[in-house]
Amino acid sequence: MIGGNEMAKKQTVHVKINGQQREADVEPRLLLVHFIRETLGLTGTHVGCDTSNCGACTVVLDGKTVKSCTMFAVQADGAELLTVEGLFREGKLHPLQEGFKQEHGLQCGFCTPGMLMSTYVLLQKNAQPTESDIRWGISGNLCRCTGYQNIVKAVQYAAGKMAQGGAR
Amino acid sequence: MIPPSFEYLRPKTIPEAVKMLEQHGAEAKILSGGQSLIPMMKLRLARPGFLIDINRIAGLSYVKEEGGYLKIGGLTREAELEASPLVRTKYPILLDTAHVIADPQVRNMATVGGNLAHGDPANDHPATMMALGAQVVATGPKGERVISIENFFLSLFSTALEPEEILTEIRIPMPPARSGGAYFKLERKVGDFATAAVAAQLTLDEKGICQKVGIGLTNVGPTPVKARKAEEFLRGKKLDEANSKQAAQLAADESTPSQDLRGPVEYKKGLVKELTKRALSRAFERAGK
Amino acid sequence: MIAKTSPEIGGMGHSIKRKEDSRFIQGKGNYVDDVHLPGMVYGHMVRSPYAHARLKSINTEKAKQLPGVLAIITGEDLAKANLAWMPTLFFDKQMVLATGKVLFQSQEVAFVVAEDRYIAADAAELVEVEYEELPVLVDPHKATDPGSPILREDREEKSNHIFHWEVGDKTATDRAFQSAPVKASLHAVSQRCHPAPLETCGCVADFNRATEKLTVYLTSQAPHAHRTLFSLVGGIPEQNIRVVSPDIGGGFGNKVPIYPGYVCAVVASLTLGVPVKWIETRSENLQSTGFARDYHMTAEIAADQKGKVKALRVKTLADHGAFNAAAQPTKFPAGLFSMCTGSYDFGAAFCEVDGVYTNKAPGGIAYRCSFRITEAAYLIERVIDVLASQLKVDPAEFRRRNFIQPGQFPYKTPLGWTYDSGNYEGAMNKALEMVGYAQLRKEQEEKRKKGELMGIGISSFTEAVGAGPAHTFDIAGIKMFDSAEIRVHPTGKAICRMGTKSQGQGHETTYAQIVAQELGIPASDVIVEEGDTDTAPYGLGTYASRSTPTSGAATAMAARKIRDKAKKIAAHLLECSEEDLEWETGKFFVKGAPSKSKTIQEIAFAAYTNIPAGLEAGLEAVNYYDPPNLTFPFGTYICVVDIDKGTGEVKVRRFVAVDDCGNVINPMIVEGQIHGGLTEGLAIAFMQLIDYDESGNVQGGTFMDYLIPTAVETPHWETGSTCTPSPHHPFGAKGVGESPNVGSPAAFVNAVVDALSHLGVKHIDMPITPWKVWNVLKEKGVVN
Repeated sequence: MIGGNEMAKKQTVHVKINGQQREADVEPRLLLVHFIRETLGLTGTHVGCDTSNCGACTVVLDGKTVKSCTMFAVQADGAELLTVEGLFREGKLHPLQEGFKQEHGLQCGFCTPGMLMSTYVLLQKNAQPTESDIRWGISGNLCRCTGYQNIVKAVQYAAGKMAQGGAR
Repeated sequence: MIPPSFEYLRPKTIPEAVKMLEQHGAEAKILSGGQSLIPMMKLRLARPGFLIDINRIAGLSYVKEEGGYLKIGGLTREAELEASPLVRTKYPILLDTAHVIADPQVRNMATVGGNLAHGDPANDHPATMMALGAQVVATGPKGERVISIENFFLSLFSTALEPEEILTEIRIPMPPARSGGAYFKLERKVGDFATAAVAAQLTLDEKGICQKVGIGLTNVGPTPVKARKAEEFLRGKKLDEANSKQAAQLAADESTPSQDLRGPVEYKKGLVKELTKRALSRAFERAGK
Repeated sequence: MIAKTSPEIGGMGHSIKRKEDSRFIQGKGNYVDDVHLPGMVYGHMVRSPYAHARLKSINTEKAKQLPGVLAIITGEDLAKANLAWMPTLFFDKQMVLATGKVLFQSQEVAFVVAEDRYIAADAAELVEVEYEELPVLVDPHKATDPGSPILREDREEKSNHIFHWEVGDKTATDRAFQSAPVKASLHAVSQRCHPAPLETCGCVADFNRATEKLTVYLTSQAPHAHRTLFSLVGGIPEQNIRVVSPDIGGGFGNKVPIYPGYVCAVVASLTLGVPVKWIETRSENLQSTGFARDYHMTAEIAADQKGKVKALRVKTLADHGAFNAAAQPTKFPAGLFSMCTGSYDFGAAFCEVDGVYTNKAPGGIAYRCSFRITEAAYLIERVIDVLASQLKVDPAEFRRRNFIQPGQFPYKTPLGWTYDSGNYEGAMNKALEMVGYAQLRKEQEEKRKKGELMGIGISSFTEAVGAGPAHTFDIAGIKMFDSAEIRVHPTGKAICRMGTKSQGQGHETTYAQIVAQELGIPASDVIVEEGDTDTAPYGLGTYASRSTPTSGAATAMAARKIRDKAKKIAAHLLECSEEDLEWETGKFFVKGAPSKSKTIQEIAFAAYTNIPAGLEAGLEAVNYYDPPNLTFPFGTYICVVDIDKGTGEVKVRRFVAVDDCGNVINPMIVEGQIHGGLTEGLAIAFMQLIDYDESGNVQGGTFMDYLIPTAVETPHWETGSTCTPSPHHPFGAKGVGESPNVGSPAAFVNAVVDALSHLGVKHIDMPITPWKVWNVLKEKGVVN
C-alpha cells in the first residue's frame, strides 16, 4: 500500500488502537484514515469527502474526536485511538450502538461510525445533553439519509441508559 | 485527496523548530493544527517539501492572565479555548469566536496560533483579535518579537511573520471594567467560512459613553479589516440607535468584500452593517454587566 | 384491511427494529471500498480541466516511469476495442475516455493503474495532456442559437438540440386558454443539483484469468441491469459476469448510471488479470457523475371566475450536459414530467420539453426524483400558489376547490396517467390540523402589522412510483418488472432474494415483514439478500421508489404461491381435503375444528420429510411481477418560516408532513425516509446549486460549496399519515421514499413567497439563499 515518487523517509508509527498495540512503517504523507482502514485493516471508519467537511472519518484520538482524513498517521505516533470497532466490549454493544438501532438512527450506515464516535465523546463530556447540545455536537458529521432527527433520539436513548446503568 | 510526498520532522523545542525552518527555507511549513494546511495539501495546492510538526512541543498551550494580559499559547486548541473557564467567564467574545470556527472535530485540532498565522481573512480570530487590540509573539532565530495585530496581516495569506518565525503566543490586553465584546458570524451552514462576520469590543465609562472601541471584520477584504473610521466615530459617543447605525454604515463602507458563492458585494456590505449593529449591541450589553 | 400479526411475527404495520443495523453499528458493513482482494491494484482518473477543448495529445511516458505504475489507458487504447464510447441509458452515447475532444470540465481523459492509490495519484499528475480550448456553451437557452458552438461532432445531426417531446391535447388546451377569464403564469427553474450520497461511486473489477469470470463489486442500484449492459457493451458472456452490490452508502439515483471509471477498471482488470479498485473522490463525484434537475420551466394555468382550474400549459428547456445520460424509461425523454397536472382536476393540458446539450457533466435523472416528478410537482405546486395569490384566495382553500375528488378514482389525467387512488383533501385536512393553520394565519396577520415577516407554504403533491408495467416501461429495453424468490427451510426459516437493491431503505427488514405477513414466519426467521447477480433473481433495481410496488408485490405473490403449496401439504398432514382448510396467520386449520391445525413450520418440515404423492419436495417459489399500473402516493406538506430582515436568513420554524403511501410495512422506516427526504428537499430549496461560469468552470464542485445541511440547519420534522391503499397492489401499498423530495421544495418556496407576498413578491428561484432574500427585501425597501 505504501509507495511514493521521491521516497520520503518512512517513519514508524506506534498506536494503541481499540486497546491493542499496533505499529507499522509508513510514508509521512499517509493519511490517518488510510492507516486505519488499509494498514490496520479496520474499515469501519469511512471516507466521504476530500475537503474535510463530512466527518465520516471521525475517530477518537487521545480522548478527542478528530477527522482522521485531516491528519497524517505519523502525527498519531504514540497516541491512543478508538474507532467504531472498539465500542463493542466484553460481549456488549455500547448504549449508543443500541440507541442507534432502537431509534432507527441509521439507514445506509455510512455516516454511522463517525456519528458514534462524535456522540461517544459528547456523552462523556455531557451526560445529559439537550437536543440543541446534541445537534451542535454532531454538527461536524453529515448524514444524507436520516435527517438527524432519529440520531438525536438515539443519543437521548443512550444518555438515558447510561444514567441508569452507569457510564462507560 | 492524496497529498504529495514530504519529509516529516518533529522538533522537541521551539529553537529546534526554528533551526529547521532556517535550514529548509521556503520548502518548509509548520504543522500545528493542520486543519487549513492539510486540506490544501490534499488538493495539492500546497506542496511543502518539509513539514515541521510542532504539536509535541511542551509549554505552548495555555490560557492565563499575566502581567495585564490574557496570554494564549500559540498551540492552544480552539476546543481548549472554548472550555477554558477564564474565557467563558471573562472573555465571551473569544468564546463566541472559537465556537463558530468550523466544527467540533476541527476545533479539537485547530490552534489559535494557526488561525492567525495562516493569514486568511476568512478565518475568525483575526477580526476578534483586532477588536481586542491584541499582539502576537513571533519567535525566530533572533529570539522573540512582539507584533501588534494591526500590523500583522499584510495581504492575502501573507503575514508579518518572517519565514523562520513561529507564532508562539497571543497577548490580549486585559480589558478594564465596563468592557464587553461579541462576535457575530453569518455562515451558510455550520462549518462554513463567514459570509461576513463582525467582532466588536467596547469599554464604557460610568455614563455609558464609549471610551475604547474595537471593530474587526471577517472575510470582507483581502485581509481582515479593522474598521477604524467606525471605531473613531463611536469613541466618545453613546451607543444609541443613531450612532450604532452610523458606525455600522462606516464599517460597511470600510469593507471591500468580493462577490463569490456566498453572495454579491452589496449583500456582504449590508451584512457588515447589520452584524456590526448586533455585535455592538451585544458588546454593550456585556459591558454593562 | 390487512390482518395485523403479533409483534413476534412482525408483519405489516410493525415498527420492528432493522435487522441490517447490527453490522453497521459495529463498523462491519461491507461497502465497495472495504473490499480487499489479494493482488488488488488501484485506478485513478485523469480529468480535463477544460469544459470544451480539442485533445491534441496525451503523453504518458513520464507517468509510466514512476515505480509502481502498471498501466495507463487512454481513449485511443479503448478505441481499439471499440470501447472509447459507451451507450448511455437513453439513446445516446458517452465517451468513456476522451478521444478527439473533451466536452465538460472533469471529463475522463486517461486511467492510471498503480500498486497503490498514492502512487496512482502521483502518476496521474505526471500524465501530460495538451488541449486546444474551444468556445464554451453553458447557457442552455443559447444552445440552439446560430452562433453557439456545436458540441457533439459525433452525432449525425449537427445541433445541440437533443429532443423535442410533447404530450397532451394542444388544441383543446389552447382553446381553453382562449376562453378562460383567469390566467396565471410562472417561470421557475429547478436548478442543477447533485444527489451526493455520503459514499461516492466506485468498484472493484476482478477478472480471474483461470476461470475467465469477471466479478465486479459495484456501487450499483441496479446490479442485474448493469451486468447485462457490461455484457452487451463489453462483449463478455453474461454467465461469466457477476456483479455484486454489497452495502451501498446511499444512492438517491447517483448509482444508477454506468460511469467511465467502472468501464476503465474492468478493462484494466481484463488486461492485467488482477483486481482493480477505483473509488472516486467527492470532487469527482460532484463534478462528473449524474447530476439532477436543470429544468427551466414555464407553466400557465387557465381558470374560470371561481378559480376552478381548466387547463395547464407547460414548456420546459432541459439541460442535459454533454451527453444525454438520463436514467429513465425509454418512452419518456423527460421522465415522468407529465405528472405536472398534479393533484388537480384539469380538463385539458399540454406539455412540451426540449432537451439540449451544454458543456457540463452529463445526466439529469437523480436525487430522489421519481423520474422528474420532483420538477413536475414543484412546478404545479408553485403555479397553483401563484394563481391562488392572484385571485386572493387562501392557498389551502384554493387547493380544496381544485383537488381530484375521491370518487373520481381511478382518475385519468389529460396527460395520460391513471391515478390508482387518492384522498387529497383528507391528507391536507390532517396537515392543516396538525400545524394549526387558522391560528398561524392569524399570527401572520398580526406580525405583518408589526413589519415582521412570516410565511406559511403548502404543497399538496401527487406522485407516481413503482415503474412499471411492461407495456409502457423499460430501461435500455429491459422491461421494468421485478422479482422475488423465497425458499423455506425444513426448520421453517426462510431466505429471500429480490431483484431490487437497498442503499439504506431497510429491505432486509421490510421484505422479511412481507413474508411474515403472508406466511406467518416471524420476520426474525427470514433472511433477505439482494445485490448478487449470481444468486438474486433478475430485477431492475431500487430507485424511483419502486421496490415496494414491484419486488414487494413479487414477494407477496411468491409467498402466496408457497401458501398454496403449503395448503396441499397441510391437507396431506391433516388427512383432509384442501377445501376443508382455512388459513390464519402462520397455520392452516380444519374449518370447525381449530385444534386440528398445522403450523407453517410443521408444513415446511413435512415438505422435506413427508411429501405428498405427486408433489415435488421443497417449499419455495419465484415471482416476476409485472405491475398493472404505477402507484400514486400523495400528501400535503406545510412549512412555516420566519425571515430575518437584517440578514435575509430564512428559518424554518415548523414543517408538517402528512404522507399517504397506502398500507405501510414498517412505520418507523417510512418515517425515517420522510425525515431524510425532507432534509434533502430543504437543502435543494435553500442551499444547493451546481453552477458553471462562462468558461465552464464548475462552481460548487466540493463539499465546501456544495452544501449538505448539518443537524443544526435541519429543523424538527413533524410527520403524520393517512392511508388510501392502492387498489391494484397485492397488499395495497405504494412507494414512498421519494415523496419528501417531490413534495417539499414547493412547500419551502411557497412559504418564503407567502412571507413576502404582501410586498408584491411572486416568486424566488431556488436555492433561496439569504442574499437572494435580502436583495428582494432591499428592492422592496424593507431591509433592516
